[in-house]
Amino acid sequence: MTPEEVCQILKSEFGEAIEDALLEGAHPCAKVAAHRWGEVATFLRDDSRLRFNLLRSITAIDMLADDKLACVYDVMHIPTDAPAELVTTTIIFAVRIEVDRNAPSIPSVASLWPAADWHEREAFDMMGIDFPGHPDLRRILCCDDWVGYPLRKDYDFPLEYHGIPATTEFELTNPRH
Amino acid sequence: MSWIENRFEEGLIVTSLDWAINWGRCSSIWPMTFGLACCAIEMMAVGASRFDIDRFGAGAFRASPRQSDLMIVAGTVTYKMASRLKRLYNQMPEPKYVMAMGACTVGGGPYFKHGYHVVKGVDLVVPVDIYIPGCPPRPEALLEALMRLQDKIRSQTRKKDVMTKAKEAALV
Repeated sequence: MTPEEVCQILKSEFGEAIEDALLEGAHPCAKVAAHRWGEVATFLRDDSRLRFNLLRSITAIDMLADDKLACVYDVMHIPTDAPAELVTTTIIFAVRIEVDRNAPSIPSVASLWPAADWHEREAFDMMGIDFPGHPDLRRILCCDDWVGYPLRKDYDFPLEYHGIPATTEFELTNPRH
Repeated sequence: MSWIENRFEEGLIVTSLDWAINWGRCSSIWPMTFGLACCAIEMMAVGASRFDIDRFGAGAFRASPRQSDLMIVAGTVTYKMASRLKRLYNQMPEPKYVMAMGACTVGGGPYFKHGYHVVKGVDLVVPVDIYIPGCPPRPEALLEALMRLQDKIRSQTRKKDVMTKAKEAALV
């Protein structure tokens, strides 16, 4: 099944919730409205035509110029009824969700794909995206008391952390991304 | 010390207390396993048969800070790790020594400018005795550092200098 066909199925099922189909280039994906993402994800996983049973990765993107944050979910179908050496027909698809940068919130899919658990925690840690419905949304890499979201493009370096100076040459390095 | 020689029975060695204690300390430096990143691979190579840090009496890598004399900080120290590192250092018994192995621990290394999470030199957290530059340093560099640390230990003395005596007198 091609990405175009997947987009067709999604559009006929969800209509307006599928905002756009970005099929150009090497990474075709569908743009989905954030508030419908829970339903769309359940459909992607459970529909008998699609059965995307594997979430390969979640990528968070900071679109500072557009004042938006985006998450790209890479999903994949692997037939589970055939022996592994016979699996040749995988389907690859991606979903892109863009949210407001000032109040980023995307429904969690950790209950659908367990792989989403840590990916969402990382997106929360690094980009500050909230995932309502996540079982345990804590920082995963930074310390629990870290201030700010380090991979945002307008992130300012801490000048010190618990008494440890964060740079030894402030005037030379101008610590910013 | 010729006046004291041959005055005791055979088998008795006369030496200075400093020399004897320093000899004991520098001949069996027990490092702590503290590999944090890629430098740890070189540290493991030094511990293995090809380079063999055991030739210098420093082959007993201990998994506990309470049994070790030397902390080889091998790898990138993050702020999250820094608090643990400080605690482990405080748990080591005196005398204790710290080696900063590799560019990251010497001064932040490649993360000096853009690493938001990397401590810009482990000497901001604990006192460092020996710095080993390199990314990562060659095993020979670590052996050289160990020999320089032994030199440092050999030059230690239990003799109190004038300033220390004055400070102690002031405290009393």
